[in-house]
Amino acid sequence: MLADKDRIFTNLYGYQDFALKAAQKRGDWDKTAALMKVGQDAIIEEVKASGLRGRGGAGFPTGMKWSFMPKAPTPERPNFLVINADESEPGSCKDREIIRHDPHKLIEGALIAGFAMRARAAYIYIRGEYIFEAKVLEQAVAEAYSAGLLGKNAAKSGYDFDVFVHRGAGAYICGEETAMIESLEGKKGQPRLKPPFPAGAGLYGCPTTVNNVESIAVVPTILRRGAAWFKSFGRENNHGTKLFQISGHVEKPCVVEEEMGIPFRELIEKHCGGIRGGWDNLLAVIPGGSSVPLVPAAMMMDVPMDFDGCKAVGSGLGTAAVIVMDKSTDIVRAISRLSYFYKHESCGQCTPCREGTGWMWRVMEKMRIGNAEIGDIDTLYDVTKQVEGHTICALGDAAAWPIQGLIKHFRPEMERRIHEAKGNNMLEAAE
Amino acid sequence: MPKVTVDGLEIEVPAGATVLQACEMAGKEIPRFCYHERLSIAGNCRMCLVEIAPGPPKPQASCALPATEGQIIRTDTPMVKKAREGVMEFLLINHPLDCPICDQGGECDLQDQSVAYGRGASRFEENKRAVTEKYMGPLVKTAMTRCIQCTRCVRFAEEVAGIEEVGAIGRGENMQITTYLEHAMQSELSGNVVDLCPVGALTSKPYAFEARPWELKKTPSIDVMDAVGTNIRLDSRGRAVLRALPRINDDVNEEWASDKTRHAVDGLTHRRLDKPYIRKDGKLVAASWVEAFDAIKAHWTGEAAVLAGDQVDCETMFAARALAGTSMLEGRQTGLAYDTSSLSAVNFNTTIAGIENADVILLVGSDLRREAPLVNTRIQKAIRKRGAKVFAIGPVTDLTYKVEWLGDDLSALTKAPKALTEALKNAERPAIIVGGGALRYAGVHGAALAFAKKFKLVRDGWNGFNVLHFAAARMGGLMLGYAHDGGIKKLAAASPTLAFFLGADEVDYSLFSNTFKVYVGHHGDNGAHHADVIMPGAAYSEKSGTYVNLEGRVQRGERAVFPPGDAREDWAIFRALSDALGKRLPFDSVDALRGEMAKVVPALGVEGLANYGWNEPSLSAEVNGKIADYPIKDFYLTNAICRASETMQKCSSELVHGTQILEAAE
Repeated sequence: MLADKDRIFTNLYGYQDFALKAAQKRGDWDKTAALMKVGQDAIIEEVKASGLRGRGGAGFPTGMKWSFMPKAPTPERPNFLVINADESEPGSCKDREIIRHDPHKLIEGALIAGFAMRARAAYIYIRGEYIFEAKVLEQAVAEAYSAGLLGKNAAKSGYDFDVFVHRGAGAYICGEETAMIESLEGKKGQPRLKPPFPAGAGLYGCPTTVNNVESIAVVPTILRRGAAWFKSFGRENNHGTKLFQISGHVEKPCVVEEEMGIPFRELIEKHCGGIRGGWDNLLAVIPGGSSVPLVPAAMMMDVPMDFDGCKAVGSGLGTAAVIVMDKSTDIVRAISRLSYFYKHESCGQCTPCREGTGWMWRVMEKMRIGNAEIGDIDTLYDVTKQVEGHTICALGDAAAWPIQGLIKHFRPEMERRIHEAKGNNMLEAAE
Repeated sequence: MPKVTVDGLEIEVPAGATVLQACEMAGKEIPRFCYHERLSIAGNCRMCLVEIAPGPPKPQASCALPATEGQIIRTDTPMVKKAREGVMEFLLINHPLDCPICDQGGECDLQDQSVAYGRGASRFEENKRAVTEKYMGPLVKTAMTRCIQCTRCVRFAEEVAGIEEVGAIGRGENMQITTYLEHAMQSELSGNVVDLCPVGALTSKPYAFEARPWELKKTPSIDVMDAVGTNIRLDSRGRAVLRALPRINDDVNEEWASDKTRHAVDGLTHRRLDKPYIRKDGKLVAASWVEAFDAIKAHWTGEAAVLAGDQVDCETMFAARALAGTSMLEGRQTGLAYDTSSLSAVNFNTTIAGIENADVILLVGSDLRREAPLVNTRIQKAIRKRGAKVFAIGPVTDLTYKVEWLGDDLSALTKAPKALTEALKNAERPAIIVGGGALRYAGVHGAALAFAKKFKLVRDGWNGFNVLHFAAARMGGLMLGYAHDGGIKKLAAASPTLAFFLGADEVDYSLFSNTFKVYVGHHGDNGAHHADVIMPGAAYSEKSGTYVNLEGRVQRGERAVFPPGDAREDWAIFRALSDALGKRLPFDSVDALRGEMAKVVPALGVEGLANYGWNEPSLSAEVNGKIADYPIKDFYLTNAICRASETMQKCSSELVHGTQILEAAE
């Protein structure tokens, strides 16, 4: 279990004030200029050495992402940092806690990360529904400006850097990096074709890096305490600490910072007071937010909660939004609800996702009631395969995977419903 | 030049080519809906998926992927086949099965490709989506339930037409294509979205339920609505031309056509002159050809004036001049009298395709959007692709792109403002476009030439001096000598005893009160009202004709249908009349006429750009005054055919006058 002294987010629960003074007491903005003095490439090397992988879900090494940015941007074509705070994944709520209670970690991280990638400014794209958080963030940014921590000669580092807060309008797809860039530019939030990747042509056609809030917010602490410290947590390739967000049928749902690779059982026992009704009552877990496949109870118990551990059981760590479902859950209905979410949030740009998400949801609804044929399960699986990998962005995959997970692990349950519904119909007919 | 392998065939492709283009070069057909080579790449239909190594183990959209050295592309694997079938199935699940009542039937990309790449049956058992109709104006009929969201129309409107009025609202399966607030598309090019639409969502409103494509006879022709010389295909059934579609010609119209080109064809069947008329006691009375010829003979003195209209072919003008002599010819109906001693000084020298490469463009009294919409799109392209800067002298008007207006004072030509001179200083390919309308002001022609000289618009490999005409007959007429010194006023002052008016409907007929007026044309418009004798001729669809467009490109169109009633091809009328007047013309067929014409003007005998060389006439460069307005007040009603067209009348009342009526009501 992670010791209190090793926690990065020391005000995760908001016991202290979020504002600048309190944040500085917690160590934020402490000699930021000195951290930046080592130079841009040294910071990138340090982040690379820490083994930090992107916290937004895909787990791409953060330092490597930064190193793709041009080393000598021109004033006509500056580099930009975009921070993804459009946290809309069902189950995820870590960025919300960071911004609500520790916004200065993010803002300081933005300055350091922006400096490292030679960015002119950072845009924080915050989810539209996060009204209170946006206010907090705006206040924190204003504080930082008036304290000279942002703007010209930010934090007396000699580097000019701006941070802008941009509020989204409530679209899940705007959490996709290129859709976010489109949205920032004032266009309809639809993912762009890649290549070109944002590091080549992103916001306003300029080189851009899009990072998750958590990836950026941990950077100052990594630099302060050293890459080796961060790397000392977790398994090979899965280093550091991570915010886990446990929701669902546990005694005490919570957001908690823990070491990567903590076994699932330990995570639940230590922080959430166990599964509601005991471990025997556990049905399935979605370990990384709604877009990853579910894992049945038996397989999940001892999984180390990191990127590779979750991958080994056919799922993914995603944003570490752990959704726990006990045996009272109507699992088909749960996944059907997720399908509705993806149908609702599909941007409509490319064919497989636009047409496929609606189709999948409608069949899932039939599955929920059992008003289907056994063969429909195979058709449904085939449709998910037709969506997966054929779309512009990953939302198509995200819509397909939960259903694939369901069919893989709960096919008997789906078949039972169909048989049951058939039986009822026959009874009715007989009457 | 990267080398790629497509299905085992190694080919070299030009740098910058996409995988899709590479596959096409290797002779592989790649199905597509959203991809269109003249629009930006959207990559959203996902139909063009292929397998590529090296790359991720999933199919890739070939339209959006650059071809790179050493790529191994496969278009025939089971993975590709399955992916295409999957996408096809998705496209069809919400597409209505109303092909029997859909106007796109027979020329529908979705129909064709579902035969080739689709499954036999659908597995979709739910209800299909229905979408409410959208209003897109008098020319575009919508059936949005059929839309497959390829966004070709959206990209066309923004990138080619330059209007940001078409877009998608809603998301996911509720995404719908619509116009801003469901207003009509405010564009002269809106009809092109009908061609672009790969399904039957956008179809032609005037042509709705008229015919199936396989019933139509297709004739290559040249458009006469403006001076661009749009290459068109006339689709006819029986004696009626049902529609006009653009043919691809990258030098002229690419594959676009203006709305007038497309939709004025219904005017070809209305208000037609189908028999000769003679004015008796102030009234026009139907007559026979012989009577008409006799009436003319009474006024024949061995010579006559000829005034050519805007839509006349070179054959007609040549035949008339062969009969009437060359001393009194004029084609500039509205009274323009600019110097024509050098054809290159009144030509669009940069060429239509060439203007795309200009980096600084000065417009002088030219409302390009109305006078030559397809030249306007080229300038739009120059701005989009090459960052060209456009300056303009004249009243402010919306040209669909950013223009730096230099005021309407013509003195800006002689004393160029600083912004313009600065831009010209660094320009590599500067150009000036003098509108046909600006030439009515004394000195403009000379001042523009002086401007060209001062800023070296004509340089090695680049001629940036352009005059933009907007009459299809203009350049051909000038080549055939249809320009009287001093213009139509001076010609009228000589009061000729007999004058032939070849489809001339914009002439001020009061100038010719003492002249015996013979109207040779196809529509009962202004010219016919003032005529003493009417000889019914053929419209452009009813004769093989040679036309010279504004850049001096000689093009030929073929006959699609026959003229109505007693009307005849114009050259044949003059041939017959010549017999009656005892001055037999030396040709009995179009080919013989063309032979004679090529003897007089050799350039008219060869299709393609005529070479006028470059010589500047010395003209006075003194200019003052202001450009009051532009000559085209109503884009949709510029000639007799349009004015007879119901569709064009509708467009005019809605798109040109609609706003005024609304404003008055408020």
